[in-house]
Amino acid sequence: MKPAPVDYVAPRTVADAVAALADGGDDAKVLAGGQSLLPTMAMRLARPSLLVDVGRIPELRRLALDGPAHPGAVRVGAGIRHVELERGAHVPGALGALLRTAAGHIGHVPIRTRGTFGGSLAHADPAAEWPLVALAADATVHATGPAGDRAIPVGAFFETVFTTALAPDELLVAVDLPVPAPTARSGFAEVSRRAGDFALVACAVLVDVAGDVGGSVRRARVALGGVADRPVRCAAAEDALVGRPLGAGVVEAAGAAAAAAVESRGDLHAGPDLRRSMVAAVVRRALLAARDTPVGTAGPVGVPA
Amino acid sequence: MSRHEVTLLVNGDRHRLTVEARRTLADVLRDRLRLTGTHLGCEQGVCGACTVLVDGEPVRSCLALAVQCDGASVRTVEGLTAGADADVTGAAAGAGGLHPLQCLLGEEGGLQCGFCTPGFLMLLTGVLEERPDLDDEALAVVLSSNLCRCTGYRPIAVAARRARDLYTALAAGAAPDTSPDDAPEGPCN
Repeated sequence: MKPAPVDYVAPRTVADAVAALADGGDDAKVLAGGQSLLPTMAMRLARPSLLVDVGRIPELRRLALDGPAHPGAVRVGAGIRHVELERGAHVPGALGALLRTAAGHIGHVPIRTRGTFGGSLAHADPAAEWPLVALAADATVHATGPAGDRAIPVGAFFETVFTTALAPDELLVAVDLPVPAPTARSGFAEVSRRAGDFALVACAVLVDVAGDVGGSVRRARVALGGVADRPVRCAAAEDALVGRPLGAGVVEAAGAAAAAAVESRGDLHAGPDLRRSMVAAVVRRALLAARDTPVGTAGPVGVPA
Repeated sequence: MSRHEVTLLVNGDRHRLTVEARRTLADVLRDRLRLTGTHLGCEQGVCGACTVLVDGEPVRSCLALAVQCDGASVRTVEGLTAGADADVTGAAAGAGGLHPLQCLLGEEGGLQCGFCTPGFLMLLTGVLEERPDLDDEALAVVLSSNLCRCTGYRPIAVAARRARDLYTALAAGAAPDTSPDDAPEGPCN
């Protein structure tokens, strides 16, 4: 089908976008890359009265590794596209490796050339890659609305399926991703029906290991997607890791702990037992990837065109 | 319902059009510019038949509004033929001005009804121009973007690997040899 008639504006600044959203009322919708919104419009599941296209706002297209406004954190502009994080090697270390690996799992090439980091977070699909990565990386989401700017910790950002803490007239502007310790390692694993499908289950991990890879885990963040109405951290798996080296037995135990901890009712894709075994598998694979990826793996630092 | 004036550079030709905001790039290419080589299958971003290049990158033209593309350069399957791609076509031009990718798909039987073919052609063109060195597995993942209901994909994958070899050779400055030893008579030779 074709989208229903709709009005459209393409502001050049965040302030103008926020004003347009406020003027547009409840049926105004932000259009970023459009890879989720346009299909729902084509299916007439969404019939916004006004599209506020944020694709022409230069401020949203910035990616900065470190800066006075965000010390110790990479700031990803909301309009940075998936493909830019996938191919660009902009971000060094464990965080960069996590971004590049996760980006490669998003849809297909022609989706990744248009879809954006901020758009994916604001859409809040519980099986999507960026919300999961944002949670694992302990992100802070920056939003601007008529009342001004607001910083939202990622733990309070995702509320339920397709629902975030953003007000209808607020615009997601940028996301700060804290740079992990130089000794940190990251891993990502996903099970999906076919390449490019949404994850049935996915896992992102950031672990800080004392000394070389044989050392004990000092801190661990294990996040799961596709198991609840939003991405969730898995305390049971994290507890199984901290204080122990990333050996095969510990990795296995963390996977088993995660599988035991998830509340899985199953659905048409997989029953509860299969889902639990997939959870164990993605946690194990993500941790092994973290263990086996050399620290400091990153390409040249740069900023996308 | 708002209408907007947009400028699109399509296959090198500049077009100035007034379009409704809700019109997708695919709609405008097909209905306004009569470039019906871009096919619309699912119209919801699943099948990939409508893939075109926007500023050199593969994009599903059913998932981009024409107004979003104002000022962009667009390449469609019509732009693949005759001279539009001088490097590759000059090196291995086929009969009738066909692009080597088109020749290879024909030679390998990589199409039957042809509905999905323009999408595969533009997907491969965009990907191989940026990354002529993709390995076989990465190439298969790229191809999984698009649906084909006729071929079972294998001949498309074979043609894509030969195309990749051609692009790799060109990137290395070598004269390409695209003919396997047992090359069948095809539309391009």
